[in-house]
Amino acid sequence: MPASRLGLLVLGLALAVVPFPARAAVEAEPPVRESWPHQGIFGTFDRAALQRGFQVYKEVCSACHGTKYLAFRNLTALGYTEDEVKAIAAEYTVMDGPNDQGEMFERPARPSDRKPSPYPNEQAARAANNGAYPPDLSLIVKARAGGENYIYSLLIGYEEPPAGVTVPDGMHYNKYFPGHFIGMPPILQPDGVTYADGTKATVAQQARDVTQFLAWLAEPRLEDRKRTGIKAMLFLIVLTGLLYAYKRRVWADVH
Amino acid sequence: MAREAPPLVLQSPTLRWIEHRLPIIGFGYQHLVAYQTPRNLNYWWNFGSLAGICLMLQIVTGIVLAMHYTPHVAHAFDSVEHIMRDVNWGWFLRYAHANGASMFFIVVYIHIFRGLYYGSYKAPRELLWMLGVVILLLMMATAFMGYVLPWGQMSFWGATVITNLFSAIPLFGESIVTWLWGGFTVDNPTLNRFFSLHYLLPFVIVAVVFLHLVALHTHGSNNPVGIDLGKKDKIPFHPYYTVKDMFGLAVFMIVFAAFVFFAPNVLGHPDNYIPANPLVTPPHIVPEWYFLPFYAILRAITFDILWIIPAKLGGVIAMFASIGVLFLLPWLDTSRVRSARYRPIYRIFFWLLVIDCFVLGYVGSQPPEGWLPTIGLVATLWYFAHFLIVLPILGKLERPLPVPESLSSPVLGRGMAAAPAE
Amino acid sequence: MADATSTVQHGEGGTRRDFLELVTWSTVAVGAAALAWPLIHQMNPSADVLALASTEVDLSKVPEGSSIKVVWRGKPVFVRHRTAAEIEAAEKVDLATLRDPQPDSARVKRPEWLILVGVCTHLGCIPLGTAPSEPRGDFGGWFCPCHGSHFDTAGRIRKGPAPANLVVPPYTFLSDSVVRIG
Repeated sequence: MPASRLGLLVLGLALAVVPFPARAAVEAEPPVRESWPHQGIFGTFDRAALQRGFQVYKEVCSACHGTKYLAFRNLTALGYTEDEVKAIAAEYTVMDGPNDQGEMFERPARPSDRKPSPYPNEQAARAANNGAYPPDLSLIVKARAGGENYIYSLLIGYEEPPAGVTVPDGMHYNKYFPGHFIGMPPILQPDGVTYADGTKATVAQQARDVTQFLAWLAEPRLEDRKRTGIKAMLFLIVLTGLLYAYKRRVWADVH
Repeated sequence: MAREAPPLVLQSPTLRWIEHRLPIIGFGYQHLVAYQTPRNLNYWWNFGSLAGICLMLQIVTGIVLAMHYTPHVAHAFDSVEHIMRDVNWGWFLRYAHANGASMFFIVVYIHIFRGLYYGSYKAPRELLWMLGVVILLLMMATAFMGYVLPWGQMSFWGATVITNLFSAIPLFGESIVTWLWGGFTVDNPTLNRFFSLHYLLPFVIVAVVFLHLVALHTHGSNNPVGIDLGKKDKIPFHPYYTVKDMFGLAVFMIVFAAFVFFAPNVLGHPDNYIPANPLVTPPHIVPEWYFLPFYAILRAITFDILWIIPAKLGGVIAMFASIGVLFLLPWLDTSRVRSARYRPIYRIFFWLLVIDCFVLGYVGSQPPEGWLPTIGLVATLWYFAHFLIVLPILGKLERPLPVPESLSSPVLGRGMAAAPAE
Repeated sequence: MADATSTVQHGEGGTRRDFLELVTWSTVAVGAAALAWPLIHQMNPSADVLALASTEVDLSKVPEGSSIKVVWRGKPVFVRHRTAAEIEAAEKVDLATLRDPQPDSARVKRPEWLILVGVCTHLGCIPLGTAPSEPRGDFGGWFCPCHGSHFDTAGRIRKGPAPANLVVPPYTFLSDSVVRIG
């Protein structure tokens, strides 16, 4: 009897939390469904892909897109050593100050600094990009319905517009973008970057790599979270079993 | 079978000294150990204590998060990301708090429907039930204001839409909204006061929960059979229900942990990871899942009622009335039998109401297109009809099954066999 | 989790406090403790604060006889380029006369560079004496205006209420002109 009641309880909870699909797509194609190494209960990030993705971001995307929550020190999570992180940081200059004369000054970035954004503010970004705003990418994977699949699809989704469709000036046709007309040009090119590990830099490869980098950036504690979760689950299952046995013992004289 | 806890005997002179002046040990013993509880409570009765634990977890994680959060429009979003990235265990605490709110509502909704099924709101437990409805209202206010704090797009636009409800009030609406905002739009003063109130209200809830428990312990728990039980059908709360509640808590924790560790954003909305932008409205604003049925009721009234109540005001009134009607429930239900176990027709209407709430939830989650507004209106009308028409009439017409005199009395009706086997 | 320590009183008089009961409540206690740890640890310095735990200082901009104040872990650190006279004065002090006896050699890695946490060991004020306009006290080092402690050219307490010398932070010379504090 308790078992069936328990089943009911679990079923009730499950029914109560079924997520309602919450958005009517604006005529865009549903994103392709890729499988990602960091998915699932045991998923972890692929460090090599993260490093390649960071390279794509650094050499291609970062000209227009900021990542304001990326501190250089975070890059050790991608598998870089402290010295490599220092060298990467030193490629950038950040504003510091005021100094003793009361003036702001520029200095090479340190690991503790956040990566500087390409534009000082949204207005400057729009002015430089034909009115479109290249959003900050720190949280982009969590901030878009479809997550990784959507970002990846968008990057490989550029194509010639169907007959009869005129793309407005300065816009580009992308079949996965809501409304289809996107300000961002198809920026990934075959061999647009040269991977240090010899991986062939196709557009799809670059899109996959940079998507994984952005997924890490949106949820850098993902591996911590899942590792802790597995331990917590095992513990809770044991605890539940013990409490169930103990509960039966205590109730034995009532039943 | 009947048991009673032994009387409290304090061995230690220090404890006796304290007890003589401040009888808290005896108070705790009376209400947590010796408290006489029906022996036939099923697992649906676990959700009351579970709700109390949810409240405690929310308060604890919330206090801790407030140590790192900054209630300022320029820093709120950043401070949440700081918690997620840099604070030790910050990601865990925030996900536990955000998903904890959802868990709290699941638990409380089950608790409410349990009360509806077994007639726990009937005499002499009317005030117990009404205090529960007050708790629900306070929870909704707290959850709404908490959702504003991360200052993402859904925070901002949710706050805008919900505070604008008050503009439907005739004559004073605009002034009230300006007063709520502390300005001419949702802005920094709004965020600041929401933070203050979000911190305050949980403690108000604790106070009302205390009253809820005082009312509960006055006449004791209802039970699945719905009759007043004698001493021989009761057992002390400890150890029987402490250990049963602990077991229920452990099962609950597994579900809770599954969300926190493996699907922490499933119940959230992607738009809330975009910082608030007062110049751009997201294409489709939806509240958190636990508000969806009420949101559907709000949107169901799209027409002026009797030329006096404009549609906007009508929707707001309907939404608040959907909870207000619960206050009247003890008097709307005219049946003398508590438990649905002995009310075969009420049982059908109960499940219809459950389905109706799910339908309302679905309608609330979707853009108002096609047939959905009509379905929403029908579901809204059914919701009110259930309480205002069905329950009063059903109580008079329905012929209940024979109700037993006590749990151990000879079998009189269906359901008896199951009762003591819990 | 207050139940963690309670025990079950059975009708039989508590003789069944058996293995299962012990294991169950112990496991509950372990779970409660595991849950408490994040609540406690969150108050420790966060990753961004720890990242600032070291500061690099460019010494080439500090001429002999002057000193600068830099920030390390939110606290001021004095970096003084000592003159030959100041070094000599610090070295020839009779240790027996000191409240907190320490030879000068124990307080510097390179005699010309004196690096100190600029927080008075009395009650946490910032001593004066870094900028040229500030008083350096009776012993040519620093003077704390709060309660009148005087420090010498090795940062040792010489007069006033402070119980100990100014603290020397951990530091390493990365080159002749760069030192990393922390």
